[in-house]
Amino acid sequence: MHISSDRIFKTILALAGISIPALLIAFIVTLLIDSVPAFLRIGSAFFTETTWDPVAQQFGVRAFVVGTILTSCIALVLSIPFSLSIALFLGEYYRTGVWSTLLKSAIELLAGIPSVIYGMWALFVLVPMVRSVQLQLGVPPYGIGIMTASLVLTVMIIPYSASISSDVIAMVPADLKEAALSLGATRYEMLRSVVLPYALSGISAGTLLSLGRALGETMAVTMVIGNANRMPDSIFSPANTMASIIANEFAEATDPVHLASLIKVGLLLMIITMLINAAGTYVIRKKTLNQ
Amino acid sequence: MDSPVLAIEHFSAGFGETQVLKDITLSVLPNRVTALMGPSGCGKTTLIRCINRMHELTPGATTSGRILLHGEDIYARNPILVRKKIGMVFQRPNPFPTMSIYNNVVAGYILNGIALKRQEKDRIVEDSLRKAALWDEVRDRLHKKGTFLSGGQQQRLCIARALAMNPDIMLMDEPTSALDPKATAYIEQLICDLKKNVTIILVTHNIAQAARVSDYTAFLYLGELIEFGTTEKMFTVPQDKRTEEYLSGKFG
Amino acid sequence: MLQAPTLSEKKRSINDMNGTGVLLRIFKDYLFQTAVIVGSITVFVPLLLILGYIVRNGIAAVDWQFLTGPPRPIGEPGGGIANAIIGSAMLIVIASIIAVPIGIATGIYLSENRSSRAAVIVRMCIDILQGIPSIVVGIIAYAWIVVSSGTFSALSGGVALAFIMLPVIIRATEETMNMIPDTIREASLALGVSYTRTVLKVLVPAGVSGILTGILLSIARIAGETAPLLFTSFGNPYMSTDIFKPVDSLPHIIFNYAISPYPEWHTKAWGAALVLIVFVLGLNISAKILTRRWTVRF
Repeated sequence: MHISSDRIFKTILALAGISIPALLIAFIVTLLIDSVPAFLRIGSAFFTETTWDPVAQQFGVRAFVVGTILTSCIALVLSIPFSLSIALFLGEYYRTGVWSTLLKSAIELLAGIPSVIYGMWALFVLVPMVRSVQLQLGVPPYGIGIMTASLVLTVMIIPYSASISSDVIAMVPADLKEAALSLGATRYEMLRSVVLPYALSGISAGTLLSLGRALGETMAVTMVIGNANRMPDSIFSPANTMASIIANEFAEATDPVHLASLIKVGLLLMIITMLINAAGTYVIRKKTLNQ
Repeated sequence: MDSPVLAIEHFSAGFGETQVLKDITLSVLPNRVTALMGPSGCGKTTLIRCINRMHELTPGATTSGRILLHGEDIYARNPILVRKKIGMVFQRPNPFPTMSIYNNVVAGYILNGIALKRQEKDRIVEDSLRKAALWDEVRDRLHKKGTFLSGGQQQRLCIARALAMNPDIMLMDEPTSALDPKATAYIEQLICDLKKNVTIILVTHNIAQAARVSDYTAFLYLGELIEFGTTEKMFTVPQDKRTEEYLSGKFG
Repeated sequence: MLQAPTLSEKKRSINDMNGTGVLLRIFKDYLFQTAVIVGSITVFVPLLLILGYIVRNGIAAVDWQFLTGPPRPIGEPGGGIANAIIGSAMLIVIASIIAVPIGIATGIYLSENRSSRAAVIVRMCIDILQGIPSIVVGIIAYAWIVVSSGTFSALSGGVALAFIMLPVIIRATEETMNMIPDTIREASLALGVSYTRTVLKVLVPAGVSGILTGILLSIARIAGETAPLLFTSFGNPYMSTDIFKPVDSLPHIIFNYAISPYPEWHTKAWGAALVLIVFVLGLNISAKILTRRWTVRF
């Protein structure tokens, strides 16, 4: 009697385990099937066209891919000095103590703020700021646009890359660091010549994973990017990302080809983030296994 | 001469391709302490884990031969029934962290879903704790968590937990290896007292401990049973050269 | 690994034995440390700005009527966000009912079959699942539930959120179960306890605080999710408790009010943001307290 109930229990556990790969496969199959109308009607123009005009039945994703990559990469570049500082602060200079606890809590708080709240704050606070800068610079003062989206993304991804990087930096063996210090190196020289080279792969993995987040971030970007379905001509111009075009148009898309094209954008977005995340996870796993 | 309570016949065991125990044959007499000793890696822990069928829980574990409890092959029975009859005490004290001292003692009943009356439980708890020489120390805090006791007390709680199931045999796998000398002396005394109630098989890597507490000693080396006999005889006139070398500290 | 820095350090330190070189190096060291400190402290600026704005603007909007009243059309004074609070609660309950059992079972499965090939694959899939943008998860829930039932609904929103919740719960359960020493399991099995009872009555109770923490954190995570709700639970300006009908939710109402042209609605958005952030941060803090207070000693 016990034996059979154990078998049932183990089967239930295994079914739960298998449900995860099954779910993932079902996700991909669903997206593939539901984007078929777009494949049939649009074909490869989907990837090559820059025009997205539902009324004219033109669905080219290029402008959104450019918008996504621009916002994410600007945010990534802007975030690196800060996340690296925090990583060194927590992983090397102040591992314990009041300041590190405070900084850690600040990062956790930042990571916990919902994306829609970032978006709203950006809309009401960041947009006017950007607008006044734009007036100074003499560019059209939209306020909303790629730059504003990048700024809010910067704040949103700092917690992720910072916490991964500080873990990696804290993992650098103490004897390596002591070897450098015992030779008369200053702490900066020790960090530059021992710690950073050692932690480089882990830090880049953290950066990749935060890029993965930035690419798929929807609400905050949607609220400040300006919802313009055209190729951006400057880093200040209003645009759309892959995620924001879905957020803006999906609920109102009644035309099947329009809907299928949006689903195809989602599929493309999922594949891109999957590849980026896989690369990041691979590097992290390799790094931790080597320890 | 009593008839043996446990008979191990031509028993071998291993993990995957590796043979850890080779053709062991050995009888255990009731109400005696039988010590299994030998250098680390000799297979003594594997052997007692085969006696209550814990060995097979390791992936890739293999066994062959027979182990008879009261003449009945335990490998022909359900392992759960075998384990209820053969209690075990581990190297490190492992009371259940979420249970009180009281519930730890009757854990075997609770976890197996055996319903007991309140008085019945009280009786088993007091009786087992007394046998394990822990009653006086914990009687006023039976409902505190078992993990707050000292290491030696925790180990005695684990002994009480095994005794509560009223086992035919109690297996002890180096029960004092994680304890300080004072707690060790206490457990050794307890082992001597317990054999009135239960047959004990004790794994130890400590030669002096085997000499102090056991009636019979088996010496295992590289998975083979080198010598088995009364402790007195083995420690005074060992038959095998390897036993002699081990006892005089030449290896291990 | 050790040699490259050793040689270069050596060369540099010999060159710098005399005078100004050392001073310059010490100055650089000092400069770098200052830069690290300044760069780190800078993150407090956006944090304090965001929290400051929400608290300042939100407090003005939040009162009892705001929390318990239904929304009113623009132009009418008063009105609250009760429908969104109820809607969020419904979405969280639906998501939890789906994700908690599957998540815990999968976590136990992974911890029990730690090194099996299947576990490696499942773990990889969890990584991928966790990385899927939440808007894409919304598309899936739309395709599976909204399309087949023909209507936006709380159920479809809850399903979307459940997919987001799952990886968090699985991870927390697996990590907690992995931390329970093997000796505890052996103690139970050696008493003749079946595998099922050993897992359910010994291991799960020993890991319950970690699992609960994971559930709280996953709720905190989904409570603020908006993107997957845009075309699943869709939003509803009226009070609804029907899981087969659209419902409003806190993040959704923040979005709708914030992008509206009406200043009164902007105020409401700040108020709703305050309510949401207090809820989310409260959950995070409770999770922390739970781990600290209720750790099982082994």
